[in-house]
Amino acid sequence: MDYAISDAPAARTPLSRTADNGLKIVVVGGFGVGKTTLVRSVSDIRPLSTEETMTQAGRGVDDLGGVAGKTSTTVAFDFGRISLDRRTVLYLFGAPGQERFWFLWDRLFAGTLGAVVLVDARRLADSWYAIDRLEHHGTPFIVARNDFGGPRHSPEALRDALDLDPRVPLVDCDARSRASSKNVLITLVEHLQALASARETAS
Amino acid sequence: MSRPGRDDDPDRLYTLTGGRSRADGHEFDLVTLVVSESEPRPGMQSEHAAILRMCRLPTAVVEIAADLRLPVGIVRILLADLLDMGVITARHPRTAPARAQLLDPILLEQVLVGLRNL
Ligand SMILES: Nc1nc2c(ncn2[C@@H]2O[C@H](COP(=O)(O)OP(=O)(O)O)[C@@H](O)[C@H]2O)c(=O)[nH]1
Ligand SMILES: [Mg+2]
Repeated sequence: MDYAISDAPAARTPLSRTADNGLKIVVVGGFGVGKTTLVRSVSDIRPLSTEETMTQAGRGVDDLGGVAGKTSTTVAFDFGRISLDRRTVLYLFGAPGQERFWFLWDRLFAGTLGAVVLVDARRLADSWYAIDRLEHHGTPFIVARNDFGGPRHSPEALRDALDLDPRVPLVDCDARSRASSKNVLITLVEHLQALASARETAS
Repeated sequence: MSRPGRDDDPDRLYTLTGGRSRADGHEFDLVTLVVSESEPRPGMQSEHAAILRMCRLPTAVVEIAADLRLPVGIVRILLADLLDMGVITARHPRTAPARAQLLDPILLEQVLVGLRNL
């Protein structure tokens, strides 16, 4: 074999023997918006990266032995994790927001609790597509504005520019800060709780 | 963070999976936790052996993929082999992908408590 397998997950804190329930939250946004930074800020482990290869037809890994690169697309994403208690571990995925990624959403991120759309106020258009797709998929989400300095739009102006449903929370964050990134996740879960109780009342 | 170099030579991937393209009959989620139930045997395919060593403690599918530097789809196939051999067990997420289950108030409260304790 002409390649090496890094056998030991070197120096990475392993999960507890009792861990038996994995949960998912996805952080989505344009390139350079701070997804990996946010994941790193709250993760128990240094972010790792991997990839999924699929064809646009969206079946399994299609026909890798056939004509190389036929219509297969590779999407790279990174992730970290937080052990919440003895049994529960929350995985945070940083995923690209570009169009070519979304055909993978159902397969990769089905069962996601919710999503954080990370936006850079200087490049709002980068997040339009992601917001569109999340709405379409019915995945609950919040929007977090990552602070890169520069002029600040009012929350109203930002909501306007993103055409954001008034019920979707919008928070400011600094992805480099653990406290701030933690607050983003808490805001998302509180939003999910609000959705859950709205559903209770409705039924 | 920069992605480590990969060798995605289709021939290599083909060899690893014996040309199969799907993990038939098994559904491994990205966050399914895999636990090995035996030690690697001599002569075992090296990726299978590596997975068994990696999963002495519960390890998510996505972490296995990152460590092996293989696409998740290929790892799912390798895991299906190991499951068929009876040498691993899989702890699947307890919540079904159905929205209603994901909005379970007890689960959400548990997540919130965990996050606040960070
Ligand atoms: N000023 C500032 N820089 C940030 C912030 N978050 C991330 N960065 C920087 O922006 C760059 C891109 O961040 P990264 O997390 O790699 O973006 P990704 O492509 O979305 O994963 C890095 O150099 C980060 O250090 C932030 O909140 N404020
Ligand atoms: Mg990144």
